[in-house]
Amino acid sequence: MGEFKVHRVRFFDYMPAAIRAMAFNRRTERLALARADGALEIFNFADNYFQEKVIPGQDGRAVEALCWVGRRLFSAGLNGEITEYDLENLRPRYTVEAYGGPIWTISAVAYSLSGCVPCQVGCEDGTVKMFEVLEDRIQFQRNLDRQKGRIISLCWHPSASLIAAGMMDMIRIFDVETGRATHRLLVERGVGASKSKEVVVWSIAFLSDHTIISGDSAGKVQIWDGLTGTLARTHLVTKWDVLALSVSQDESSLVAGTSEGTVVQFQFLSSTLDGQNKDWVRTRTFKNHSHDVRALVHTETAVVSGGMDTQLVVRPLLDKVEKNTQESAMRKMAFPHRSLVCCAKKAGLLLFQFPDHLELWRLGESDGHGNPGDSLPVKRKPEKLIQLKRKGEDHICCSALSPCGGWLAYSTVTSFRLYRLQNNTISITKVSKLPKDLRSAHQLCFSTDSSRLFASSINSSVVVVALNQPECKYLHTLKPKSGSREPVHLLFASEDGKWLATANTACEVQVYNLDKIKLHCTVPVYGSCPTAIAIHPTSSNLVVVHADQQIFEYSLVQKEYTEWSRRLQKQGLHSLWLERDTPITHVTFNPKHPAHIILHDMFMFCVIDQSLPLPEAKTRLFNQMILRSLPEPMRILHRHAFKMCKTFQNLMCVRLLEDHSLVVVERPLLDIMSQLPAPVRQKRFAT
Amino acid sequence: MVEHGDIRVVHRGGSKINSREPVVTNDSRFLLCASGERVKVFSTSTEECVHDLRGHTDLVTGVLLRPTNHLQVYSCSVDGTVRLWDFTDGILIKVQTCSWLMFDIVCMCVCAELFQLVAVHLPQSGDQLVEAQELSAVLSNVSSNPAATGFGRGVRAPPLRSPNAPPGAITYPKTDKDNKKGGKNTLMCIACHPKDDCIATGHEDGKIRLWRNFNHKKEYTYTTLHWHHNAVSSLRFTPEGTNLLSGGLESVLVQWRYNQESERDFLPRLGSAITHIAVSPDGTLFCTSHSDNKITIIQSCVKVSAVIQGLVNGESVRTDLMVDPRSKSLVLNGKPGHLQFYSLQRDKLLYNLDIVQQEYIHELGLQQFEVVKVAFDAPGNWMATVEERKPKAAEPEINLKLWAFDEQTQSFVLNTTVSAPHEAQITSMCFSQAADGQTSMLVSASEDGHFKAWQLPRSAYEGPSWSCDFVGDYRGLAPQCCCFSADGSLLAVSFQEVVTVWSPASWELLTTLSQPPKAIRDLCFGRLGCSKYLMGTTASNLLCCWNLLTCSLEWSTSMDVSLLLSDPLTENMAAFCCQAESTDLFVFKPSEPRPVASLKAVCSGKVTRAVFAPREEMLESCEESSQWLNRSQLYFLTQHMLLQSPAHVLPSTSVLCSMFVESLLVSVADGRSVVHEHLVHVFLNNSHSDHLCLTLNVSQQNTHRL
Repeated sequence: MGEFKVHRVRFFDYMPAAIRAMAFNRRTERLALARADGALEIFNFADNYFQEKVIPGQDGRAVEALCWVGRRLFSAGLNGEITEYDLENLRPRYTVEAYGGPIWTISAVAYSLSGCVPCQVGCEDGTVKMFEVLEDRIQFQRNLDRQKGRIISLCWHPSASLIAAGMMDMIRIFDVETGRATHRLLVERGVGASKSKEVVVWSIAFLSDHTIISGDSAGKVQIWDGLTGTLARTHLVTKWDVLALSVSQDESSLVAGTSEGTVVQFQFLSSTLDGQNKDWVRTRTFKNHSHDVRALVHTETAVVSGGMDTQLVVRPLLDKVEKNTQESAMRKMAFPHRSLVCCAKKAGLLLFQFPDHLELWRLGESDGHGNPGDSLPVKRKPEKLIQLKRKGEDHICCSALSPCGGWLAYSTVTSFRLYRLQNNTISITKVSKLPKDLRSAHQLCFSTDSSRLFASSINSSVVVVALNQPECKYLHTLKPKSGSREPVHLLFASEDGKWLATANTACEVQVYNLDKIKLHCTVPVYGSCPTAIAIHPTSSNLVVVHADQQIFEYSLVQKEYTEWSRRLQKQGLHSLWLERDTPITHVTFNPKHPAHIILHDMFMFCVIDQSLPLPEAKTRLFNQMILRSLPEPMRILHRHAFKMCKTFQNLMCVRLLEDHSLVVVERPLLDIMSQLPAPVRQKRFAT
Repeated sequence: MVEHGDIRVVHRGGSKINSREPVVTNDSRFLLCASGERVKVFSTSTEECVHDLRGHTDLVTGVLLRPTNHLQVYSCSVDGTVRLWDFTDGILIKVQTCSWLMFDIVCMCVCAELFQLVAVHLPQSGDQLVEAQELSAVLSNVSSNPAATGFGRGVRAPPLRSPNAPPGAITYPKTDKDNKKGGKNTLMCIACHPKDDCIATGHEDGKIRLWRNFNHKKEYTYTTLHWHHNAVSSLRFTPEGTNLLSGGLESVLVQWRYNQESERDFLPRLGSAITHIAVSPDGTLFCTSHSDNKITIIQSCVKVSAVIQGLVNGESVRTDLMVDPRSKSLVLNGKPGHLQFYSLQRDKLLYNLDIVQQEYIHELGLQQFEVVKVAFDAPGNWMATVEERKPKAAEPEINLKLWAFDEQTQSFVLNTTVSAPHEAQITSMCFSQAADGQTSMLVSASEDGHFKAWQLPRSAYEGPSWSCDFVGDYRGLAPQCCCFSADGSLLAVSFQEVVTVWSPASWELLTTLSQPPKAIRDLCFGRLGCSKYLMGTTASNLLCCWNLLTCSLEWSTSMDVSLLLSDPLTENMAAFCCQAESTDLFVFKPSEPRPVASLKAVCSGKVTRAVFAPREEMLESCEESSQWLNRSQLYFLTQHMLLQSPAHVLPSTSVLCSMFVESLLVSVADGRSVVHEHLVHVFLNNSHSDHLCLTLNVSQQNTHRL
């Protein structure tokens, strides 16, 4: 595996924002997730829960609710606006003011017979506003009867003729045709001190058999008969609030998220053996969160929950999935599936990307020598050189640092900025004259000699800019032949400056020849989204790692998969490798050992030695400790290509510097937890 | 059938009544429970034992009401029979013999020795004794714990499939199924909902799971209820299925609303851990069995209406067996920190006396105060107790308490507490036997090398309290035993191999007696005509008799006496000799080295505690070998030294015809022997009880079943 001097970096204070809302599109199996800072993330549940797209947030945009209409995504927030997002360009498409004060909820009819899809929002002033979703915009249609008190939650009856609205102290059922309220269901307040406080119906579900299920701030999940407007059953779930509800599509199971961080499942079960007399029965309780569960989705096979503790948890329901498979494993997604760290290999600088600023650090130095495992004395401490605050109200979506450390670029959805850095004097100057074509970028990348900047732009195109001392100049735009409109999320410029590889969320990997300024080839499309790409510096082989953990090596010269890649596909990857639940976020090579590929995910980094045999299905994948204990001749027998290191955990970034030392950026989850606000107080036994 | 004048050992009560779940009759008037070799019928309102269904020759392991006739009850036993009784009249109706040992009967299904669940077809026939041949195994490899098997009404196999299919039996599919995470979720008990498709299981970690869709292959689902902090030992649904009752170590009966599990009712402070819960068929009465051999009858989960208390079988009997001179009841350790007063004549617990008077906190490894010594003075006016707590790596905490009998409350009232009366463990304690009863004196000997005399000074002011009168020692040796002569004029204290004789009046060392080489183990003065003799046993297997008038050894014989005691009403003394795993009993008069009576192989194992209890009515027996039992009865406890399990079963015997028989070690249902201490009784077989002896079974062979 080789020995590395490791810079163990723990000064990246990455802090994810709390999860506010989620919406699941069952047809495309995409989960849209909104965070407290206004950022939106799209996860592809069909492709190993890969975080496909991130739409950066904006100051003042607080998303309260999300809703899919077909493939279109809408959000509503406390700023009183409804926003539709452009998922191809990763930015808001337009916003519509609802003129009803803060909006608490948005709901659309799941299936509509007519062409126009109505969409409703519930507002602070007590109005339920109907909007018509048109081809390119939404249009205000009418108001339902105005009520006193704010509308907190909304749910359509599947027939689209009725709508249930959760309010303060009550639930109302509206007839959509007439706009009149047909029922008024009073929700009981909590007991004791909370008796004087209004109870908030945080979440509501309207089932096809006219059952209404509500979750409220008194900790109750109540089941109502929507036809008669009577209470059928009350389940006291928590002492605190029930914040979210979600019903499975077949309406046989229901989950409720509480402020205690628990998710409680209810099932519609028949109490007798003959299948009659079905009733909602409280069954399992999942405790995967330390804080409020604000958002919940009940998919076919799993409960997806997110909340204040910023983690997205996918908890498979064991009665719905095969046991002891990858599908039955619980997943916690804490880190973004893309790198927020940029490393200047030659200069030894690190650039950390935060939503509202950038931090440039110089790595520490040490001249000590020690045995493997020792920690060396630090001669020069790491130093924060620059903290650069962004301009405008849009959050930073991407940033890059040139390998020489002389250039720094970042982009928001509306603006692009390039800075010139003087390293020895630590000065920063903004490059004022920028080409017109460079408005914003989804991904940025500098060439190895820092003379070019590549920025992925609309319609999967890449803008190439030449960087010269006084100014920068637009050279050309590289466009794929496929005409795909999906955004490019990965860029890699080869070390010799000849190739540029791009990958977009439509799973296409394109390689451009930068000398000829044209598309060199398109790698055969594989069904899973690429999570990391890299081109080998000497052999010009492109290594692509996908969200389903598959690794491909593609020869750019022969325009075909290499022998090693074929061998790997034929033999198959080790099952333990495939069962890892975080994607590989970066691939790099070791210039000293051309056969070595270095890659990392959140929990390990791995060196793949292409000269060694691949691991058989029965061999131990994690065999470093065993190898160490074996004598030399035996060691050779037991070696295999995958050498994994789990010494470092919660990795944000692993990079190899020019001086052959390794930079490892860790962000311990405990540090994130310690920065969260205190959870609700819970009585524990024997305390 | 027993020869006239034969003396045998019988089990004298104190049987475990909490070994199996009690059964409440349909009209809620009677409670039936397995008690040793018999089934006891208690009245639920008066707590009195109404009938004793006698007939089984071994441990009764299951009681069940006959579904077709609610006045009849089945019982099964390790002796391999199922008996049908009429419990209102106490008549045996039918005996069903099975070739297998029965360990539990549940709904006509029996767990046999290999712990299979088998269905026994009980043939209809007029004969009283029927051999049941038809056995069909329902499930093999079931747990030996009967609580882990449950029967549901709704899970009856569809009649299409097979008409012979028994009512669906539910056992937990595999106990280790959920154990992969190393959680302590071993299944403890199971209960089926009477109507719904719902099965409740109790687990070792205190959780209760309600399983639904259980007979679906995969889509079963469960709810977890968690209140108990320790293992759930019993679960029961009420007959209507509206409530679920659970109990465990916390001695709290928890009532969960079915389908509204966040609402629950508690009945706390039931005294000790709940082992079984039973519900009357009409749902009005709940019965809980407790680990201290008690059955509590509860009216609709609100009020304890009756308590049926058996002999409390504590961890071990640290005190000697004592007889309260007033109530003639047996006094020994009961609940932690308590003394129990147990009526031998009526086989009934009279009351528990809280000695330690501290709240009992259950915690594993926590050192509790234990009552280790009890002494009564001759008229029964005073009782002295010693309690002790020995924290790890610390000095023991010892309290000496003196209790006065209060005529008004008819109970003992604490008079004096002496904290740290000695610096080390108290080895022996006795009251002076002074006949006048005026000057009571207590002597305590301790390992700290001193013996102390405590006296109640005749002070003028009210509320006299005891104080130390004299501290004696002898060459710095640790005193082991102390004993007063019958008239209270002499005190003998043994210091290793030396016996010192003191005059309590002047505290003067009168003489020393010794019989080297080994230390004295037991000391005992003769009574009545033999009061001039002092008997002692030594560790070198010598039984010595000293004449105190001549201060010389009268006689001595070589025998390994494990216990020596004197009958306070006669001149007789009893010595238990342990030889080759069985104990012999010798009864003799100190005046002559010839035994009055000797009984070989009284029981297996060592007899650790014994007591002579006075008879209520004197017997007129002319047989020389049994005359010694005319005035008193001898009770003793055996102890299986190897096993220290708290669960043990005391098979009981008849009060009327108790013969002098043996002690029994019973294998309980899990196949491991768990029994250690048994109260047994020496009794004279006189003529008028002969006919009853026929039904009494002397189960000598049971001792070898282990």
